[in-house]
Amino acid sequence: MTELTSKSDSSDGIDTPTALRAEGLAKAYGSITVLSDVTLDIRAGEVHAVIGENGAGKSTLMKILSGHTAPTGGHLLMEGRRSDFADAIQAEAAGVVLVHQEILLASDLTVAQNLFLGRELTRGLMVDDRAMNRRTAEVLTSVGSIAHPTDRVGDHSLAQQQLFQIARALLDDRKVVILDEPTAMLANDEVAALIDIVRKLRDRGVAVLYISHRLEEVEALADRVTVLRDGKMIGTWPAANLDQRQMAELMVGRELSMLYPAKREVASEPPILEVTNLSVDQGKVEGSFAVRRGEILGIGGMIGAGRTELMEGLMGLRPSHAKSVILNGKQITLFHVDKLMQAGLVYLTEDRKGKGLLLNEPLAPNLTLQALDTVSPGMTLNRDKENEALKQAVQDYDIRVPSLTMAAGKLSGGNQQKLLLAKIMLDDPSVIIIDEPTRGIDIGNKSQIYKFIDTLVRAGKACVVISSELPELVGLSDRVLVMRGGRFVAELSGAQITEQNIVYAAASNGQDIEEKKTA
Amino acid sequence: MSTANITEAPEIRTRRIPWSEMAPFIALAIILVLGATLNSNFLSSNNLLNVITRSSFIAIIAVGATFIIASGGLDLSVGSMMAFVTGIMILSMNALVPVLGNWAILGGAGVALVVGALCGLFNGLIITVGRIEPFIVTLGTMGIFRAFIIFLSDGGSLPIDRSLRAAYRPVYFGDFMGVPYPVLMTLVVIVFGAFLLYRTKFGRRVTASGSNEDVARFSGVHVGRIRTTTYVIQGVCVGIAAICYVPRLGAATPTTGQLWELQVITAVVIGGTLLRGGKARIWGSVAGALILEVIANVMVLSDLVSEYLVAAVQGAIIIIAMLAHRFTNAR
Repeated sequence: MTELTSKSDSSDGIDTPTALRAEGLAKAYGSITVLSDVTLDIRAGEVHAVIGENGAGKSTLMKILSGHTAPTGGHLLMEGRRSDFADAIQAEAAGVVLVHQEILLASDLTVAQNLFLGRELTRGLMVDDRAMNRRTAEVLTSVGSIAHPTDRVGDHSLAQQQLFQIARALLDDRKVVILDEPTAMLANDEVAALIDIVRKLRDRGVAVLYISHRLEEVEALADRVTVLRDGKMIGTWPAANLDQRQMAELMVGRELSMLYPAKREVASEPPILEVTNLSVDQGKVEGSFAVRRGEILGIGGMIGAGRTELMEGLMGLRPSHAKSVILNGKQITLFHVDKLMQAGLVYLTEDRKGKGLLLNEPLAPNLTLQALDTVSPGMTLNRDKENEALKQAVQDYDIRVPSLTMAAGKLSGGNQQKLLLAKIMLDDPSVIIIDEPTRGIDIGNKSQIYKFIDTLVRAGKACVVISSELPELVGLSDRVLVMRGGRFVAELSGAQITEQNIVYAAASNGQDIEEKKTA
Repeated sequence: MSTANITEAPEIRTRRIPWSEMAPFIALAIILVLGATLNSNFLSSNNLLNVITRSSFIAIIAVGATFIIASGGLDLSVGSMMAFVTGIMILSMNALVPVLGNWAILGGAGVALVVGALCGLFNGLIITVGRIEPFIVTLGTMGIFRAFIIFLSDGGSLPIDRSLRAAYRPVYFGDFMGVPYPVLMTLVVIVFGAFLLYRTKFGRRVTASGSNEDVARFSGVHVGRIRTTTYVIQGVCVGIAAICYVPRLGAATPTTGQLWELQVITAVVIGGTLLRGGKARIWGSVAGALILEVIANVMVLSDLVSEYLVAAVQGAIIIIAMLAHRFTNAR
């Protein structure tokens, strides 16, 4: 035990019995220890948050608690009795369930079919659809989903799908529910709804283990907070004793220097990129915007507002046309990632794993895929130059790699993001569009990525940042455009850039909101 | 802070012995040893050269198929395409004889390459421009090409002009310093294919497109063009195979190249190329083609199993190869 571990047993006022207790858990892969000596208990009727940077051992801990992985040391006690789960099925039978961060649903099946997948209710030889649909409807209501049991899962948003996963976990009565980054995919209003659901669970006496990067959620929701760092347990505290800054400092293990770089002076010269009347997906999303050298333009809005679609349209990744796109004083006629990169415009996708990196390929081919013609001008590959470029990128962007020949998928999220940044910067573009620059990565890497963006912009490049994280948008942007329903609805600059103003513009609907406010 | 220490000096490490990549060659070696113990004639240079020469058609086509499969595609039409190209080639050679004499062979060979490339282009364009599953498209063209050769040959045999036989015969039966021409041709195709796949930007983009189409698209790779090109490469390989094949039997028939598509795909897959794309093993595909042919030969030479069961054994091999692959990667 570390001597830092705080007394947490009686001081927090929760006297309910312990549902699941972990004693001295450890996990090692060969000689590499990823988790050592973790002791914590999750009590009935509490929300117990586990926080830590990526690689701190959170997911390993979750996997052990839910029976997905066996520990190499220590053991679990379920309601006081020694219980080492052989697999997730045993854990679920004992009442412990893990809700994964990724969506693991069959998108062509109905909601009810998904919820009962592998444990269908039957009547004789026939599946009892009516009973399953009825039960599904009940569970959906209890998690606040508007979906119908017979809806096709793929027709619903990611947020709804995340709710389905939670609903599936709650089909049977559970004693312990583990939520792994449940809000990673959700926009702000959906997060609020989810927090409500978690509170209801707690009030029903369920023990909830809550893993999240979003400290404001932890502060709002948790009764107790356990901090992990580098696979070690730093301690458990009553949430009331910690504010967000303290949590962040415990996670990082050092005083947080200013997370966001200081704002810059933007010279009032003509824009380096000017997009006029860009129309994407047959007019579903439309917009005009411009960005100057040395400027960070933030794009705010709810998930699904059309921000990503607009930028993908600009890059020719979706059907689109525009009245005019002027880049570096030149009119652009053909939208294609390749052509635009040559003209100096690049786009970093929000979907790091699905659209950003070849997870099974080594680092060098990933780094050079987009700027292949620059690294290897001839027909043949220049391996030496590729490896040189990789070494340079690893140094410049502080990508932490155990080996330069490893597969990109083996990197942590933060390092993947840095590799992606290095990839799009390889051809030295003048305008960079970054979609969700820090989604799902820890604070240490976040702060580094902010610094990289700041450095680029100070070097005279222009940057467009799409973000659903309001503090990030406010902290980085010199100017913010807010999108709603596929159109830009507000432009904020200087002191106008506040979380409130962005949320108001993103969610309000002209007169409606006034009425709602007065009601 | 162990991670920090490691990052200070990340070295490009030399790789450990990649057993899973060696698997097809090890399997081939085992089968060779098995063949040698079962029948003393097996290792005679005559028999071995014969086997290798016969495997060259599948090997050449498998090189092209490796490109297609690595880029995330599939081609079921290669067997029928082979028959069709053979038919057109023989027809044009026969038509050219009165004008060109023996040079008609070269003219016909040129026609074979062009027709093969066009057939591949046709497949590729329908798949990429028409956005239809490769399985469906090539299932369709498989039927179309097969019907064409039956039509061209009137349901019978389409023989090459007698006057060309003597001149053309060495292309299959002749040799250069003991190495049969088809084997030399195969080597040229392999070396060129390996160069294209492993050493060029095109090859890198082929595997990227197969590994994750979205990532490739978002990185500015013209995925459609790349994939179409792989079908053209396949077509050219079929053309080369046809050129080497015709002198062997001197005719095209409705059964020419029948079920070759299955042998080709089997060779590619047991060679270590992923059927879902993203990983390509040219030499593995060639080893796969050799394995299929050597096994057939061993079965004919030995009395252990009836040679009528050759296809069954070949079928079992692809399944065993996949199971072995699954278990070596499951760790």
